[in-house]
Parts: sequence; C-alpha cells; structure tokens
Amino acid sequence: MNIEDLHNLQNDPYNYALRLKKEGGKKVVGYFCSYTPEELIFAAGATPFRIFGTRSTINLADAHLQSYCCSPVRIALEEALSGKTTVLDGIVFPHTCDSIQRLSDIWRLNVPLPFHIDVVLPVKLNSESAREYMIDVLHKFMKELEKNLEVKITEEALRHAIALYNKIRESIKTISDMRLINPSLLKGSDFYSIVKSSMIMDRNDLAQILSHIIQDLGAKKETPDVTFRKRLVLTGAMCNHPDFYQIVEDGGGVVVWDDLCTGSRYFEGQLDSTGDPVISIAERYLHRIECPAKHSGLSTRAENLLDIVQNKNADGVVFLIHKFCDPHSFDYPYLKKHLDNERIPNTLIEMEDQASIGERLKTRFEAFLEMI
Amino acid sequence: MAEKDPEKEKRKIKAVARMKEIMTTYYIEAKMAEGTGKKVAWITSGGPVEPLIVMDVIPIYPENHGAMIGASKMGADLCEKAEIMGFSRDLCSYARSDIACAPINAGPIGGLPKPDMLICCNNICGTVLKWYEIQARHFNAPLFILDTPFCHTEFSKEAKKYVLKQLYEYIAFLERNCGKPFDYDKMKEVGRLSVEGQRLWRAVLDTAAHKPSPLSAFDAFFHLAMIVTLRGTQVVVDYYAALLNEMNERITAGIGAIPNERYRLLWDNLPIWYRTKWLSEKFASYDACLVADTYTSAWCGVLKYIDENDFLNTIAEAYSRIYLNIGIDQMADEILSIVDRYDVNGIVMHSNRSCKPYSLGQYDIQKIIREKRGIPSLIIEADMVDERSFTESQIETRIDAFMEVMRGT
Ligand code: SF4
Ligand code: SF4
Ligand code: SF4
Repeated sequence: MNIEDLHNLQNDPYNYALRLKKEGGKKVVGYFCSYTPEELIFAAGATPFRIFGTRSTINLADAHLQSYCCSPVRIALEEALSGKTTVLDGIVFPHTCDSIQRLSDIWRLNVPLPFHIDVVLPVKLNSESAREYMIDVLHKFMKELEKNLEVKITEEALRHAIALYNKIRESIKTISDMRLINPSLLKGSDFYSIVKSSMIMDRNDLAQILSHIIQDLGAKKETPDVTFRKRLVLTGAMCNHPDFYQIVEDGGGVVVWDDLCTGSRYFEGQLDSTGDPVISIAERYLHRIECPAKHSGLSTRAENLLDIVQNKNADGVVFLIHKFCDPHSFDYPYLKKHLDNERIPNTLIEMEDQASIGERLKTRFEAFLEMI
Repeated sequence: MAEKDPEKEKRKIKAVARMKEIMTTYYIEAKMAEGTGKKVAWITSGGPVEPLIVMDVIPIYPENHGAMIGASKMGADLCEKAEIMGFSRDLCSYARSDIACAPINAGPIGGLPKPDMLICCNNICGTVLKWYEIQARHFNAPLFILDTPFCHTEFSKEAKKYVLKQLYEYIAFLERNCGKPFDYDKMKEVGRLSVEGQRLWRAVLDTAAHKPSPLSAFDAFFHLAMIVTLRGTQVVVDYYAALLNEMNERITAGIGAIPNERYRLLWDNLPIWYRTKWLSEKFASYDACLVADTYTSAWCGVLKYIDENDFLNTIAEAYSRIYLNIGIDQMADEILSIVDRYDVNGIVMHSNRSCKPYSLGQYDIQKIIREKRGIPSLIIEADMVDERSFTESQIETRIDAFMEVMRGT
C-alpha cells in the first residue's frame, strides 16, 4: 500500500472492512470519537474501525435528527441507515458530547448490529475518583467485549496491543515531526490520510506501512524546503476535508500541527508498557489533551494551544468548528481571547456540511493568509 | 381600571401572589448576601442543592435566570450580545443570555449575585459544563463538577460508586469553601424536607389527572421555580401544601384551568418562555388543555430512588437517573406513563434549538408513542429564550392543522 491507496481507502472504507473480514477472517468493530479505548478492541482480536462519513447525501437521517444537529452525527447516522455499516460486527459509543450521546440512542434503536456498547467515560478527568471510575469503566468495557466477541482478553494480548499502539502512534508522530521541519516532504492531505487510515486499517499492516513511509521520507529528507510558507495550526474537532489542506497549500500556507481528533489528539501520548495494562490505557485517556466535551481544568486547552503555536513556530491558528457543535463553539471565545492576547492571528471556519468547502472558504482563507 | 372578567378571575390561581412574594424575597436576600456575609453558590437545576442548604449557602440558578430573561422577552437582545462576544447563535440560549449578563449586570434583575463558588452537575447536559467553566473563569470562583455518568440503558454499579464518592467530595469542597464542618444531622432534616417538597409537587401535578384539570402545564412552569430553587426548605413545603389545597378546592368547585376542557395534551421539552401566554390561549381557543409535561415532573420523577432516611447515599442514583440523563427509549416510557396517568390524547413537542439532549431523539420518541398508543403529536420548532427562533405564522398554522386532526380523532 502506498499513500495513493490510503486516499482510496477513505473513499470506500466499508469495502476494505469487508475484505478484512473475508480474507483475514477478522472481526470489525465500529466506533465513534477518539475517546474510544481502541486498544481494548484490538486486544480482543478485532479491528477498531472509526466511522467517517463518505460524503453521501443526507435523506434517511433527517427522519431522526433535527436540522440543528451537527454534520458528523448526521452523516454517521446516514451511513448506518443506508446500510453501509452492516459489515460491522458491533459498534462502540464512548460518551462525550450531547449529540453523540443521543446518536447512540438513536442508533441503538434503529440500526441492528450484533452488539452495541456504550462506554460511559467520566466527563471530569482531573480527580482521583474520576481516575478510578475510568479504570472501572475500562474493565467493564473489556468484559462486555469478551462477552460479545466471545473471546478472552489475556494480559499478553493487552501488552501486545499497547506495544503496537505505541509503535503506531510513535510512527505517526515521527512523520509529523519530519513535516514540521520540512513541510514539503509530504502534502497535508497525505498526512491527514495517514492519520485517518490508522483508525480504519488492520493495525499490523498499518504499522508496517508507516515504517515504509518513514523510510521513504527519510530518503527524501535531503532536499530542503526552500519555499516560504505561512505555518498554520488547526484546532477543533476533526477535519474531514482532504481538500482543505490543498486550499491552504495553494494559498501559500502549510498546516504544521493541529489540535484535532483526526490529528495530534489521536497520536500523541504513549502508553506505559510496564505497569498494569488497563491502568496504562486509562492514564492515556485521562492525560491526553482533552476534547472540550471533557474537563481537566479551566485553562488546559488554551495553554496547550499556545504551547503548540510556540513550539511549532506557527504563524497563525485556524479554528475548524462544525456548525451546531456545542463543546467546540463554547470554547472558541476563550481560546480566541488567549490567542489575541498573544497577538497570534487566528480565524474561525465554521464547517456546515461535507459539500460546502470550496470557493467561499478559499476566499476567506486567502484573506487570512495575506493578513498574517 | 377596566372591569375584571369574573370568568377569568375565577380561574386565576391565588397562590401566584405568594409565589411572587417568596421569589422576590429570595432574590433580594441573595443580592444582599455580600453585605450579610452569606455565601452564594451558583448551581445547575439538576444539581443536588440540599448540601448547600445545610451549609447555609444561598443557591442561585442561572437556568432560572435564563427563564426569567425569556419570560421578560429580553432573550433576543442578550443572545445577540453573546454572539458579539463570540458565542455561536446555535448554543443554548440560557447559557448565552446568562453569559451576556455577567460582565454588564444586565437582565431582568440587573445581573445575578456574584458566585462564591459554582456547582455544576452534568445530569442535564454537557452545555452546563461549558457554561460553568466560562463563569468560573469570569468570576474567578472555584468550580465543583458533579459528574453523573449518562444512563443509556443502565445506571452501572461503577457509576454508582463514582457518584457516591463525588457526593462526599462535594461536601469536602463546601467545607473548604465555607470554612466550617458539614452538619450531617441537619442534612437529615434538609433531606426530609426535600423529599416532602418533591412529594407535594408530585401531588400538585397529579391533580391534573382530574377532569377538568385544575392546572395546566403553563401554570406548572410558573410554580416550578420553587422546587428548583428552594428545595430542602420549609418554605417550599408550606407553599406547595397551600397550592395543593387550592387545587383540590378547584376540583371540588369544578374549576378547570381552561373553560371547556375537551382535549388533554402533553407538552414535551422546556417552555417557550416568551410565548407561554400566547400558546396557552391558542390551545384554550380549541378547548385544549396542556395537562402535563415532561419538564416540570423532572423535579419529582426520581423520588422512587430516594430513601429519606438515607438521603445522602440514595441521591447518587436519583440525581443520575433524571429524565435528561437516560436513553430515549426510557424517556418514551416515561411519556407513555404520563399519557396513561393523565389520560392524555395528544402530544405537543417543542423541538428546542437550544437543547440538544432534550430535543435530539424526539422524532424517535414520537414514533414510539404513535406505535404504542396511537395518539397524534405535533412538533413545533422554536427556542425557549431566543425569540428570533419563533415564527408565529408557521407555528400557528401547524397548531391549527394539529387541532383539526385532534377533532377528527
Ligand atoms: S472532538 Fe471530542 S467528541 Fe468529537 S470526536 Fe473528538 S473527542 Fe470525540
Ligand atoms: S463534538 Fe461537536 S462536531 Fe463532534 S459530534 Fe459532538 S457536536 Fe458534533
Ligand atoms: S436548556 Fe438544555 S442545553 Fe440548556 S442548560 Fe438546560 S438542559 Fe442544558
């Protein structure tokens, strides 16, 4: 597989899942949101498979969701109602925002799959009792997986999962760091495809592909980047638009880092491979930089964002927020204030739906790039 | 002064005056707290207020503030102010309007008294978490989060342990911020009063089972403020006891909330605060009375989980299983039981742009009710506080069409 294949994978992930099942005899478990403890699904012998929209038009989901529901939720439900997710052996919903919370209910009542597990994680992450609860919930989740997948999750399997996930995340981070130094090594859309594919693919295959990519990039490393580009940081939930990176690059910018679920929030943070495996997994979800649907302090996200801008030597920040997204929209004014105080240029792009990226955004973006 | 319509006078609930008096005193006392040395805590409507009462802390409810803003039709203006501050128009209008008030002491009562601490229980939504974070930053006051894991299908034993632990963390937080120990004996008394208040509120709402119903959901929206804000005090118990008496007298005298009750409807979701009068008159013009609702019963719906002799240890479950913290199939079950209890023959659902946990899933709930009881339902899309989201002509047409259907059934 090369990067082109990874792009193709995005267009029809379900077909890939089908092949995985048929050829590899693997079970495939769908999930939402980067708070899903995928390591446990992997340790149970199944492939964790994140549900992304494949840009279908919406008509079935409208019978279940009002117009003021965000597009990621709407699109996910559309995928399911239109039968695309029948390939899955089960689905896992971690608890985060109110919209995913209700999506889980609607899904459970309307989408028949062999199993449906809600992992009701703590919302508060910075207390001892929340930590204990996180560990308890992971144990509970493990038991539910064992029951539904009819397997026993051994300690060995957990350790293997931890080692592999560390390797995968480390590799993505390496690629990201290489781009940071020399952004012309790899296009933004390619990098984004890599991260997204890592939430879908067979993880053993993935680990190999990532090593190859690192080798290839290493060979290219010698040619230094001479073009001057404005270095941007993205922040928000996720970005589901490969074209977006293209628009940035066409406008003379480059995305050097992000605080996204389809980016650094996914690959940052290693698991402790020495201690109790379940506790190690819990610790990562407790300590990684939080999504605004969770709480670990009153200023953690702002501090993190400022750190990123400073450490990655960025020129500006782009907020990518889905229309109707409560948690991210609530955090926007305070994050913006912190950036403004430091005179860091920033702009907000409200993403309405899958199709709306394009001319409007291009114009907005060019104006922003000129400004910084 | 114009001649009073005796027919209308007869239907007015007399307790209203007393209610206004109590609420005014409560807000005056709260606003003067700074001078008296009493502490003020902001708390979410679904949060356990009882420990605050034990600590002699004045509880303030920003959501009640939101309701007042809505009822006094200041919502659109304040929401716009929040938008200028950078808050998206699509966010909850309680939060938006309250956030806009804080820096400028705006709103119907000139801003809420400043909090010495904030207590956020997320059993109603994730919005309150963000809202309280924002206010904790603004006022630079300590924030306690009581995290009640969502009950999609169950309240797990893991969650129970977690919530219980937090209740004691909550008490420790109060002890720290009030500089005095928690009085567990007083807790027993406050717990008992809380349960008694909830029982009486339940009894008041239950009088609506009578035909004609002596009160409507619109009345309930008004009288609710007390169980939300002063639960756990004697005032509430006395007030609802008197209100219950009045309702029973109305039943004896055959006085209904509307003149000719022919249809009995259920209201789902928060009220549309700036249009309660319009809506109640509109429905009354069709001889339809909204006899019950899912909103006001949320403050007594979990009584079954509380043991008044072991209040502190049993509220963990009660506060976690309230109406908005459960799966939509369980919500539908609740509605079905209200339908049966009050002999409801139609449902009006407010699809509330502000409140995703309440509104997303309504279409499925509607379907479940249609399948299980075969009664018609109407969905009107609006917002509880932001008048800009209310299109009168459209809503009127929909209500007219719905009432035609009701007539045909
Ligand atoms: S932004 Fe939050 S809720 Fe959304 S996918 Fe990421 S972690 Fe999940
Ligand atoms: S975090 Fe925002 S965009 Fe993501 S599912 Fe929730 S509401 Fe939608
Ligand atoms: S109206 Fe809904 S979103 Fe707003 S505070 Fe109340 S429960 Fe939360």
